[in-house]
Amino acid sequence: MPVKSYIAFPRVGMKEQLIEVLKKTPHCEVMPALNKDVLVLVTDTADDQEEEALRQILYGIKELAHLNLVSGYSDKINQTDEKSSEHDNE
Amino acid sequence: MTMNRRHFLKKAAAASAMAAVAAMLPGVLFASDIESDHFPPGIDWTKAPCRFCGVGCGILVGVQNGKAVAVKGDPNSSVNKGMLCVKGYHQTMCISSADRLTKALVKKHGKYVETSMEEALDLVAAKMKETIDRHGKDAVAMYTSGQSTIPEGYVASKLMKGAIGTNNLECNARLCMASAVAGFLTTFGADEPMGCYEDIDHANVFILWGNNMAEMHPVLFSRLLDKRLTRKDVSIIDLATRTTRTSKAADKSILFKPQGDLAIANAICYELINNGWVNKSFVEKHVVFRKGKTDIGYGLEDKFAFKDEAQPIDFEQYKSFLEDYRPDKVEALTGVSAGDIKFLASLYGNPNKKVVSFWCMGMNQHTRGTWMNNLVYNIHLLTGKISQPGNGPFSLTGQPSACGTAREVGTFTHKLPKGVVTNKKHRELAAKIWKVPYDRIPDKPTYHATEMFRAVDRGEIKFIWIQATNPLVSLPKTSRYRPGMQKKSCFIVVSDVFPTPTTDVADVILPAAWHIEKSGLYGNSERRTQYWDRMTDAPGEAMPDAWMTIEVARRMGYGDLFPYSKEKHHEEIYNEYRQFHAGKQHNMAPLAILKKRSGVIWPYIEETGKSTLWRYNSKYDPACDPDKDFDFYGNADGKAVIWQRPYEAAPEMPDNEYPFWLNTGRVIEHWHTGSMTRRIPVLHQAVPHAYVELHPDDARQLGIVNGQKVKVISRRGTTILPASINERGLPARGQVFVPFFDEKMLINDVTLDAFCPISKEPDYKKCAVRIEKL
Repeated sequence: MPVKSYIAFPRVGMKEQLIEVLKKTPHCEVMPALNKDVLVLVTDTADDQEEEALRQILYGIKELAHLNLVSGYSDKINQTDEKSSEHDNE
Repeated sequence: MTMNRRHFLKKAAAASAMAAVAAMLPGVLFASDIESDHFPPGIDWTKAPCRFCGVGCGILVGVQNGKAVAVKGDPNSSVNKGMLCVKGYHQTMCISSADRLTKALVKKHGKYVETSMEEALDLVAAKMKETIDRHGKDAVAMYTSGQSTIPEGYVASKLMKGAIGTNNLECNARLCMASAVAGFLTTFGADEPMGCYEDIDHANVFILWGNNMAEMHPVLFSRLLDKRLTRKDVSIIDLATRTTRTSKAADKSILFKPQGDLAIANAICYELINNGWVNKSFVEKHVVFRKGKTDIGYGLEDKFAFKDEAQPIDFEQYKSFLEDYRPDKVEALTGVSAGDIKFLASLYGNPNKKVVSFWCMGMNQHTRGTWMNNLVYNIHLLTGKISQPGNGPFSLTGQPSACGTAREVGTFTHKLPKGVVTNKKHRELAAKIWKVPYDRIPDKPTYHATEMFRAVDRGEIKFIWIQATNPLVSLPKTSRYRPGMQKKSCFIVVSDVFPTPTTDVADVILPAAWHIEKSGLYGNSERRTQYWDRMTDAPGEAMPDAWMTIEVARRMGYGDLFPYSKEKHHEEIYNEYRQFHAGKQHNMAPLAILKKRSGVIWPYIEETGKSTLWRYNSKYDPACDPDKDFDFYGNADGKAVIWQRPYEAAPEMPDNEYPFWLNTGRVIEHWHTGSMTRRIPVLHQAVPHAYVELHPDDARQLGIVNGQKVKVISRRGTTILPASINERGLPARGQVFVPFFDEKMLINDVTLDAFCPISKEPDYKKCAVRIEKL
């Protein structure tokens, strides 16, 4: 049952669109910064399979420029991976 | 709410990510910060512009049980992006000051007697009418403020110019922004900056001309610092007469002798031409050259009159004029090395650098203030660095609505809500909208601010109504104007929130509603109009200045011209006022839009619903001729003017008897005359009184130690202050600096009432004084 948080950077000028896409994406909770072009994304999935499927969806979001994993928890291993670069759409 | 483990994990994960973002991007704000436990639940947050300076930061005011309990930065405001300065955060703390004016006070037999507002307003109207009947309409005057809201300024103008038919309307923005206005009008034919604060995000170089931005415009300065932190190619140059917090934060600090800025600007232009850094194509297409009168005086004598006359010149004549300003020739005059002048010119001249020039009082409060504004425009026009993102001259304002009210509504003697009284078409438009006979609006200006108080002293003005300002602390040479105001020849009405040295001389004191106790609109330095709703009730019988004016107008028999409702008058007035600026060049946003947004920059583009961020550039400004890349449409030929303006000396310079230059100004903790910030305990305790800054070598020579009481003496008057040595600011040798916020240490008893003959703005930055130990 992984819970992960990410820093998400939208493509230039696409912050609002990215927020909308992430809001509609299952297992995602989005917290946009009010004064900078950056979002915090928290994902909550049932198992590794669902987690992997979500990762593939996130990979395909064209409004997303860059995604940094900040922390992760799972029932199997309570893992924390500070600021490892997870995905770069640039 | 019970938090289960999973919920906790999600909260913790989110918190980790937010902390990581905060480390990467200082100042970042999330909604959860805003809704955090800093504030108890049950607070209603409402947007407004800040009450204080001309930056126009967006604030959110927290109201609980009918009281303002907190202020925070509005993250939706592109001005401050959630940040505020120390004054901004604490602003509402003055509202509940124990000495708040809550009842009208009428002086009877030398004592103030509490009176109902109805009776006080009856008296004001009766006195005004009686004065007009006995002495003529030019015997009454109103003196308003760059802190008046747009509706307040508008009804003052309508009462004086449209109803009564006198141009005896002035405002305190004459003391701070008139040179900027005259500079814009003479160069571009239209007032206010062409750019906006977004320029900060694009520029590489910021040149601050006599502008202690770190203390006077701290939120904007923090945006400059942020850009320098996040980009490698940004530098800040401080060009000033005194070392300040801005100088210390700048990449380079260049000190010049008082009045030397005129020669520096010309020397930069010399270098631009001499090095081939002129943007020839831009100059050929968009610029003409002119010269005006020289040796133009200083306005020291009563009823001083001056009218400039422009003569066309060509580029070669201008180039020849600049020969006198070769950098090595002006070193002695300016105190700036030729190398530093060449360095400044190289920044402006480098085609790969975007340059913004910022200035405020240093250039405006100057006996050649209009010229200085012209000269900085010359630099930007020669290089074509203007009206583009990150390139432009940017005059900052000191009051929250010096632009929106004083300049746009036009609460000056020569102004109308659109244009000037001397223009027949402008008078016709005003008469049509105001529904008054055209010939009621006089075609000649009367008294500018300094001359208005001279006229009170001379006994010509026999009734004056002062709103939202404190001239007996802020005027120059109060040593003349205070006794002038104490004369029995003039009936004085003062509307204010707190007692001040100006209310002390009033015959009637009217209690005014403060900022958030009324609805209103302000216009900031970047042409941004901002609306706010009333959030709390004013105490006692205090009411908005606009409503006082309306009540008096009705009592004087002008009720048909002021048909506004008490609850919605601010909206009805704004909608009427907006008609003046209809059209592409100055279109104001509809009220419904302003209610939703944290301000809109005019001209508002109806088709897109957007602000115009850069005027005169056809890429951004639909008011331009689309066939031109730039169109300075304020002038009939669409061209801006490069003015030939020489160096001329200050009217009073240090001599054997008065060997020091006196410079006056502000500090970050206090706003202007301190009537609000001195009633905010945290700000008052931070800087409880004024002081005189001395250079340590001068102090040593005079045997003065830090904190010792000294006399600052000029030909006008004396004030006693403690010495400040090596503390906040450091004047150059032979100069002293005094902040003017302290009514108990009135430095304006000492200053000189010389002014720029074109703008009529006084020079608070230069006069001669001597220092004596007590």
